[in-house]
Amino acid sequence: MNPLPLVAVAGNPNAGKSALFNALTGARQKVGNYPGVTVERKAGRLVLADGRPIELVDLPGSYSLDPASPDEAVTRDVLLGRQKGERQPDALVIVLDASNLDNHLRFALQLIELGLPTIVALNMVDLAKRDGLELDPAALERELGVPVIETVAVRRRGIAELQAAIDDMLSSPRCGVHKHVKSDLVHLQRRAREIATAAVVSETPVRRWTHRLDAVLLHPLFGPLILAAIMFVMFQAVFAWSAAPMAWIGDAVAWFSGVVSNAMPPGLLRSLVVDGAIAGVGAVITFLPQILVLFFFILLLEGTGYMVRAAFLMDRLMHGVGLSGRAFIPLLSSFACAVPGIMATRTIDDPKDRLTTILVAPLMTCSARLPVYTLIIAAFIPNTRLTWGVGLQGLVMFGLYVSGIGGALLAALVLRRGVLKGSSGGFMMELPKYQWPPLKDVVIGILTRAQIFLKRAGTIILGTTIILWALASIPQAGPGQKQSEVSIAGHIATGIETVVRPIGFNHDIALALLPAMAAREVAVSAIATVYSIDSPDERAGATRLVDNLRHRWSLPTALAFLAWFVFAPQCISTIAVTRRETNGWKWPLFMVTYLFVLAYLAAGATYWIAVAAGL
Amino acid sequence: MNAHFHHESVGLDQLKLGTKARVQAIDWAALDEGEACRLRQFGFDEGVAVEPLHLGPFGRDPIAVRVGRMTVAIRRKHAGAIHVQPIR
Repeated sequence: MNPLPLVAVAGNPNAGKSALFNALTGARQKVGNYPGVTVERKAGRLVLADGRPIELVDLPGSYSLDPASPDEAVTRDVLLGRQKGERQPDALVIVLDASNLDNHLRFALQLIELGLPTIVALNMVDLAKRDGLELDPAALERELGVPVIETVAVRRRGIAELQAAIDDMLSSPRCGVHKHVKSDLVHLQRRAREIATAAVVSETPVRRWTHRLDAVLLHPLFGPLILAAIMFVMFQAVFAWSAAPMAWIGDAVAWFSGVVSNAMPPGLLRSLVVDGAIAGVGAVITFLPQILVLFFFILLLEGTGYMVRAAFLMDRLMHGVGLSGRAFIPLLSSFACAVPGIMATRTIDDPKDRLTTILVAPLMTCSARLPVYTLIIAAFIPNTRLTWGVGLQGLVMFGLYVSGIGGALLAALVLRRGVLKGSSGGFMMELPKYQWPPLKDVVIGILTRAQIFLKRAGTIILGTTIILWALASIPQAGPGQKQSEVSIAGHIATGIETVVRPIGFNHDIALALLPAMAAREVAVSAIATVYSIDSPDERAGATRLVDNLRHRWSLPTALAFLAWFVFAPQCISTIAVTRRETNGWKWPLFMVTYLFVLAYLAAGATYWIAVAAGL
Repeated sequence: MNAHFHHESVGLDQLKLGTKARVQAIDWAALDEGEACRLRQFGFDEGVAVEPLHLGPFGRDPIAVRVGRMTVAIRRKHAGAIHVQPIR
């Protein structure tokens, strides 16, 4: 069977490439990675008028064929037929922002020089018109020597014409592909400006909306205030909007677990399915609503063009600790979960900037730490009110968040002066026009993330959970023995205990630390399990757990446990994603080591200071 | 190289916000290769019209500059390497 004809969609960032790709392919998309690199490959299927399917691939946005980032290198290599895991495209659709011709044409000229059958989609013509720019597509077609189609991807205008042109292009005989001729960039730019001038019929220089909005949003005083307000609303929403769906998922998991429990005979297999698979995966899936709400905000902020403005506002501060403004977004996402945060570092061009951001991302207090914090605070911190509206419990919670942020800034500073020394890569970004992202694009983005998250829950997390369950259940305890001491996990915990004893941790905590590697929040259920397995006559439950903790742990131990969780890399997914994003084991191992050392020191200091203070 | 810099020219970082100017020369030697490449890609070139629009809230850094029909954010340090002459 012949492979489908492959058509690549290329263009500058902010040219509306993704919107055009979505308009052409709809939801029939496949998102993956190019082998060996961490660049996303987005492909979809387009059915032509006569029913013939073709494959469309959305190349990463680039400014030229001389790559400045891994993304741009993939774009070049695919077009030259050198990219592993991709055939050379049979044809090319270049997306141009109609109101940015003088700049976008340079890349287009470079692409046309490649000699692939090419169509130019002159996109966002409506915005150009609104900006007072009138273009002559026929003149552009003459100058470029390839067909030019006017489109407004977000309103599906010109899409049918573009499809017809793709059809024509694929039907006509193709000529050979040139090698990449490295034309002088300056020459190309001047030629681009000439063509742009020739294609512009009339122009009144206005970008009214973007201009007016920037005057407020980038204002030296209001800009940061508005950014802070947006962040505040976003965090409120991540917790408030997802509370109900999280409870539903929790109930659904509990119901399902009950059904399976009743349907199976008691024994090792039931324990594996119920306590291992369902409980473990269920605990993680509960976080899906939070992650989706967070991504909704991130996609919205990105799609409207505000995200780049946030990076602009924060750049100087981030620069102070050796990061760039671009690190702001990934670190922000890491408050929900470090995994998407680390994936979001792909937008950082400079490799050292990017690596530093990846290494400090786990220090941002992710949502999986919340159940741990909540439990320990409820058990050990009295619910007293300090002043109006400020309670001691809330203050401790806030302190834990601040410790994480402070730790991250400090770590970045030290890393940039030590192992990742070198000039920072600078900060150059285009500030695109503001626009409303089409709802459909946001929905597609959220669904893609949900799919990736659930796939991970079904594979990696399911696997680790089963292994941990096995370690905790084998061998079975005889009469008079404690399961938590007899099992393999119990023996490992005894080993860990000798190491963590000096920082105030007991055998229960040592046992909980191990499964908490799969996901931090598992620490809570692990401790609950230990107490319920050891004394099966007691009914397990939140109040019972709090009572148990109060009897078995001292206050310094509890505080040390909190300090540990601020810093410890207790999450296999984070380690796995770091390995994938840095292409090797070196940096994840470094990250795990430095975070464990930090956690050990912080917990130890907390414990000994608390003991000395007589708490 | 200095001979190219007209005595009236100032660094783009010194230009008052909202002042339209034309790029007279870019001190490519003051930039590393990647930065120079990026600047060119964003359309900075001799003879191009530019206009600083916004300053970062902390330390007046970075600077948002209009280049052609695009707005680009660059750091103050890099703006200093771009010599411009105000258009009257």
